[in-house]
Amino acid sequence: MTTGERDVRQVLGERVRPLLEGAAGGPDLEALAAMARQLRGRLVQMSHKAGTAHLASSLSCIDILVAAYWAVLDIDPERPADPARDRLILSKGHAATALYAALAYRGFFSTDILDSYAVAGSALAEHPSPGCAPSVEAATGSLGHGLPLGLGMAFAARLQRTLNRVYVVLSDGECNEGSVWEAALFAPAHALDRLVAVIDYNKWQATGRSEEVMALRPLKEKWAAFGWSAHEIDGHDLGALVRTMRKVPDGSGKPVAIIAHTVKGKGISFMEDDNDWHYRAPDADQVVAAFEELGLR
Amino acid sequence: MRNTFAREMTVLGSEHDGLVLLSGDIGNRLFDDYKRHFPMRFLNCGVAEANMMGMAAGMAQSGLRPVVYTINAFITTRCFEQIRLDVCYQNVPVVIVGVGAGLSYAALGGTHHSCEDIGILRLLPNLTVICPGDATEVQLALRASLHHDGPVYIRLGKKGEPRVHKTPPEFTIGKGIRVRAGDEVCLLSTGNMLPVAVDAAAELERRGISAEVVSMHTVKPLDEDLLAESFWRFSAVVTVEEHAARGGLGGSVAEWLADRPPQRARLCRMGTGDMFLHQAGGQDYARRYFGLTSANVAASAMRLHSLTAGRRHRVFV
Repeated sequence: MTTGERDVRQVLGERVRPLLEGAAGGPDLEALAAMARQLRGRLVQMSHKAGTAHLASSLSCIDILVAAYWAVLDIDPERPADPARDRLILSKGHAATALYAALAYRGFFSTDILDSYAVAGSALAEHPSPGCAPSVEAATGSLGHGLPLGLGMAFAARLQRTLNRVYVVLSDGECNEGSVWEAALFAPAHALDRLVAVIDYNKWQATGRSEEVMALRPLKEKWAAFGWSAHEIDGHDLGALVRTMRKVPDGSGKPVAIIAHTVKGKGISFMEDDNDWHYRAPDADQVVAAFEELGLR
Repeated sequence: MRNTFAREMTVLGSEHDGLVLLSGDIGNRLFDDYKRHFPMRFLNCGVAEANMMGMAAGMAQSGLRPVVYTINAFITTRCFEQIRLDVCYQNVPVVIVGVGAGLSYAALGGTHHSCEDIGILRLLPNLTVICPGDATEVQLALRASLHHDGPVYIRLGKKGEPRVHKTPPEFTIGKGIRVRAGDEVCLLSTGNMLPVAVDAAAELERRGISAEVVSMHTVKPLDEDLLAESFWRFSAVVTVEEHAARGGLGGSVAEWLADRPPQRARLCRMGTGDMFLHQAGGQDYARRYFGLTSANVAASAMRLHSLTAGRRHRVFV
């Protein structure tokens, strides 16, 4: 599809056709939920095998990524470098396993490659390095970098008239960084309404409750006060995620902030809201227990 | 240098469709001409350097050619991590232009001095570090940077420096420019100290010593061929820069030297010291404070020359 054809589609108001389209024309929520369960299982395996941290942070943003990659973004695994593609930047780069698994299962590369995660000499490190895999849009890991990068991409999209959207997934702890708020001030001044900040608001950062470390609340009001079109949703409600993330631009002329309330460690009961799992990796028994709970084998 | 940069941006705007100028809320009226021609390709990014640098990297990732401009001290140390990660780690072609090299803004106080930027930036993989010696070199460096496939840092002085090159020299990134030929001592200058080095060479000539002057506009990558030749041909090599000698061009040359067998020439590094300058006073005063005068450069070269000129030249293989 050429950029011109895309423009016409945009003008007609036709949105991107999701991969997992249900019978009624909306997203197939059952299929999305099944994919989210599968990815969660894979993350548990990856963390166990590699002995790496940040499993709980990865689990908390899985539904956001599943909604985005399977039902929102206009992307094509056959053409990962298409200039007109929608972008998703995982600014919370410590959730790299979630990104790698989502991209692999979405068809950007073989799921077998996930086995090389964190293996010495492999491209898939604990934080995504530049160009480490198709459709990894940015090297992240130090927090507070994704939103400015996304701003630059959104500005380029306007100048190049590609009309694509740029989604940046941030963590709540990341909102401690001043650069996030520099970007938050800048984007509305230029009405970059195809830029979306999705905040994976799991209420924890590495060593404490995010609210106790920095006064984040009221987060939605903060983004709204900065001039963003701010929405507050359940970050594990796939229907709400798809609806809110699809409605971009939303007609307000403002960039969109989605405060997605999530649970750290979501999906595995013994990890949920337990911040020890920011650093712990599951042992073999815990992997079995997690798989049972996810209905996987 | 500053006004030449602004003029050249307007020229280059027509040559590069993807050229975008990002300014950190400085240069009031400086870019009026550029803005008139390319209103969509100018962004005042406010006083938010981290966001500005990250945005530039994002633009470059999408195929634009961003040029980021603000005061030297702020476009380097303030957003160092964005330069390191967004620009250099991702290796995207952002041109970073700082105005107010070294002591150019001495009168504004220590917050506006910039004597560490070469040192920290030359450590970054993928980054090219260019310190043009005069306005002509600014023009050539900017042009070359936009054809370079990778990030570049350009360190400008301020406005109104004397023009050293009467006609445009051949300019290649990573290759020093011989400004004046000589055969006894060699003055390697980087950036806005070039006119001082030229004056020092004239002073040396009056005292009967023939001095070569080279504009080492590129500190990284270092012109190793030129260094090899210089340390073989001359009795003394003096590096001259408005930057801390440790870590700057002087530091670079000293590192190069340390990895080699003893050379004929000895090295003297002229630069600012390991201290902040707490006093008021303009650039000339600040240069005198740090001994960065043509008389001092000439005296250092003479001292070194007298120590080494009598030594028999040995060839090491």
